[in-house]
Amino acid sequence: MPKVTIDGIQYEFNPGETIIQVAERNGIHIPHYCWHPKLSVSGNCRMCLVEVEKMPKLVIACSTLAMEGMVVHTKSERAIKGREHVMEFLLINHPLDCPICDEAGECMLQEYAYRHGTGYSRFIEEKNQKPKRVKLGPYVMFDAERCISCSRCIRFSKEIAKADQLTFVQRGDRVTIETFPGKQFDNPYSLNVVDICPVGALTNIDFRFKARVWEMSATKSICPGCARGCNIDIWVRNNEILRLTPRLNESVNDYWMCDHGRINCFKFVNAKDRVDGPHLRKDGELIKVKWDEAVNYTISELKKFNPNEIAVIASPFATLEDNFVLLKFAKQVLRTKNIFYNPHIKPGDQDDILIREDKTPNSTGLKLLGIQTSENGLSIETLSEFIKTKVIKCLIVVEDDPIASNSKLKDVLQNLDTVVVFATNQNKTTEYTKILYPAATYAEKNGVFVNFQGIAQRLRPAISTIEMERTLDGMALSRLDKFGTEFDKWARPVKYDAMSTWKILSQIARGFGFKFDYMTSEDVFIEIGNNYRAFSGLNYESLGDKGYKLNLTKVIEEKILV
Amino acid sequence: MAVKKRKKDLHFFERIYLVEIIKGLLLTLKHLFKPKFTLQYPEEKIEQAPSYRGRPVLVMDNGKERCVACGLCSRVCPALAIQVQASETEDEKERYPVLFEINMLRCIFCGFCEEVCPEEAIVMSKDYELVFTRYDDAIFGKDKLLVPVEKLKDRLEFVRTQMRK
Repeated sequence: MPKVTIDGIQYEFNPGETIIQVAERNGIHIPHYCWHPKLSVSGNCRMCLVEVEKMPKLVIACSTLAMEGMVVHTKSERAIKGREHVMEFLLINHPLDCPICDEAGECMLQEYAYRHGTGYSRFIEEKNQKPKRVKLGPYVMFDAERCISCSRCIRFSKEIAKADQLTFVQRGDRVTIETFPGKQFDNPYSLNVVDICPVGALTNIDFRFKARVWEMSATKSICPGCARGCNIDIWVRNNEILRLTPRLNESVNDYWMCDHGRINCFKFVNAKDRVDGPHLRKDGELIKVKWDEAVNYTISELKKFNPNEIAVIASPFATLEDNFVLLKFAKQVLRTKNIFYNPHIKPGDQDDILIREDKTPNSTGLKLLGIQTSENGLSIETLSEFIKTKVIKCLIVVEDDPIASNSKLKDVLQNLDTVVVFATNQNKTTEYTKILYPAATYAEKNGVFVNFQGIAQRLRPAISTIEMERTLDGMALSRLDKFGTEFDKWARPVKYDAMSTWKILSQIARGFGFKFDYMTSEDVFIEIGNNYRAFSGLNYESLGDKGYKLNLTKVIEEKILV
Repeated sequence: MAVKKRKKDLHFFERIYLVEIIKGLLLTLKHLFKPKFTLQYPEEKIEQAPSYRGRPVLVMDNGKERCVACGLCSRVCPALAIQVQASETEDEKERYPVLFEINMLRCIFCGFCEEVCPEEAIVMSKDYELVFTRYDDAIFGKDKLLVPVEKLKDRLEFVRTQMRK
C-alpha cells in the first residue's frame, strides 16, 4: 500500500483517497466547513488548507489526492497562517449575532474562530445586508447573512435526498441560496441540512429558540418512526424532549434521518393525552387507581375466562422485551394461543434512502419471537370474526391502537366482556377499555428494537417516569439535572406514572403465582437469548451503540414457551 | 521559677489610671461636638458608588428589554440562579426572553452575569434591600427585574469604561 506522511507520521492509504480522508481516519483533525464524508467534494470554503512539501502554494486537503511519498504538514506555521486568513475572510460578512443565533454552542464557525481565528477583526467597513428569516420550506428557516456558502445543503439535496431544490444565486459578496422559482424546499429529508449546516444559516423551525444546546442532555436511542430504526440522539431539558437528531450509524442511516421521524416521533411523549397511572372503568368513566388495585382487579377479571376465550394483540411499537414477556404471559399464565398482531404498512410510502413502508420499529422483532403475523392467516379480521361469534370474550391490547385502523374490530367490540389496554397515550382503543395501564414510551425505557435489516438496536431511557431516578438509573444528565432541586422552578419536571409493559405484565403474572422475577430489561433480553437462537449469547453490552446484526438464517425455535 | 519582669514599669500617674481615663473621656467629648456620620437607616441611605454590586436587573430600553435570551448569564451563573426561556419576535433582534427569572435566594451577587452579557442587558444595580416572607417571592420575574436604562446610566458607564478595558 502507498504511504503518505502527515505531521511526521507515515500512514497507509488506498489510492484515490484525499488527504483529509487519510487524516480523519487516523484521528488528525483538519478544520473544514464544506467537506462532508458523505457528500461530494466541493472545495469552496478553503478552510482545510495544508502545506505539502514541494508544492509552491498551500493546498486544500479535501480535494488533493494523497500520493505516494507525499509529505503533508497540517500544523506548520504557513498552514496555520493560511487558515487564520481564511477565517478572517469568512468572518468579514458574518454577523456578530451569536447571542441570537440558535446554532451557538454547536457552530463550527464559532469553534474554529476560537481555535483558528486571530481573535480580532481588521474589517471596519459595513457588513453585507442580506435577507433574514427566509422560510425555505415547511421546516427549514434560512438566514442569508449567516451563510458562509459552503454548499453542503445544496449538495445534500441533490446527492442524498435526490431532490434538486436549492441553488446558489448571485456572485461574490451577494451570493445567497434560494429554492428554484416556484419550488419549496420540502423533500422528506429537508431537516438534515440543519445538522450539516456548519453555521446557523439553516435552522429547524420546530426547534428554533426552544433551548440552548448546552442546557440539554443527549441520549442515544432509536427512532420509532419506521422499520429503518434510524439511530438518534434524544435531546432533553427538564424531562421534556425538545428535538431528535440523527446519530451516525453507517449500516443503518449514515448521518441522516427523515423529517417525519424528527418532527412527529417525540411529541406524543410529553403530550397532554398521556396515560398517567393505571385506570379502571367505573360507571362508564376511567378512574385513576392505585397499582395494586388495578393488578388485583385484572387478575380477578382474567380468571373469569377460559384460556381460549382470551386473545392478545402484541405490538410492533413495543420493545422485544415487552413482546417476549407478553408472549410468555399469554402462553404460561393465560394458556392461550390467540396471539395477534396489527401491522402498520403504508403501501408505497417507501424510498431507496431511509423511509420504509412498515411504519413500526420492531415488526422484525415480533417475527423473530414467532408472533403470528397476518401472513400466517391470523389477522385482525380473523380476530373480529372470533369476537363476533363470541369465541373470544376478553382482549388484551399492548401499545397499539388496533381500533383506529380496523373498523371491523370496532363494530364487534360490544361483544367483548373485558378489554385490557396497555397504552402510552389516550387513543381510540382506550375509549373502550375496562382496564387501562400506562405504558412507558420508547423514550422512557430500556429495550431492543430489531429493524428490517435484522439489526438489533438498543433504546435507552431519556426522560424519567415516577418510578425512575435520573442519576440512579444511569440516565444522561444535563448540568441543570445535576444541580436542580425541588425548589427550583426549572427543575420541576412533569413525570408520568408509567412503566414498561414487561414490568406491568410481570407484576400481574406474579399475582397469578408465576415466577416472572426480572430485575431489569436486560434480564428479559438474556432470557430471550436463552430461548431464541437468533439472540443467543447476546446482552446489552454486545449490542453496543450501533446495534448487532442478527443472523436471520438461523432456525428460530421456541424451547420453553410451547 | 523566675518572674518575668516588664521591660518598662508604669510610672505613678499611669498606675493610678485616672489621667488615662480623663484623656479617653476628653476624646469622647471632642467627638460629641464633631459633625455626625451615622445615617438614620432606613430613613437615610448611602448613595452607592457605580462599582457597587447590588441585585442584578435587566436594562429596559424603549420600553423593551435589551436581553436577547442568549442564555450566557444562565450558563455562567455559578449558583444557577437564572432561568431564561427564549422565544421569537418580529423585531429586528429575532429573539427575546419570554421568561426571565432570577432566584434571589440562589444569587450570590458575583456579577458574572453582567460581565458575560453581550448586549449589556443585565447589570448589577445599587439595590441591596431584599426581603421576602415567602419562597416564591424570592424568584424575581421580568416584572421586578426590568429597570429603565436612565436609572442605570452610571453603572452602564462603569461597565463600559472600567470592566471592559
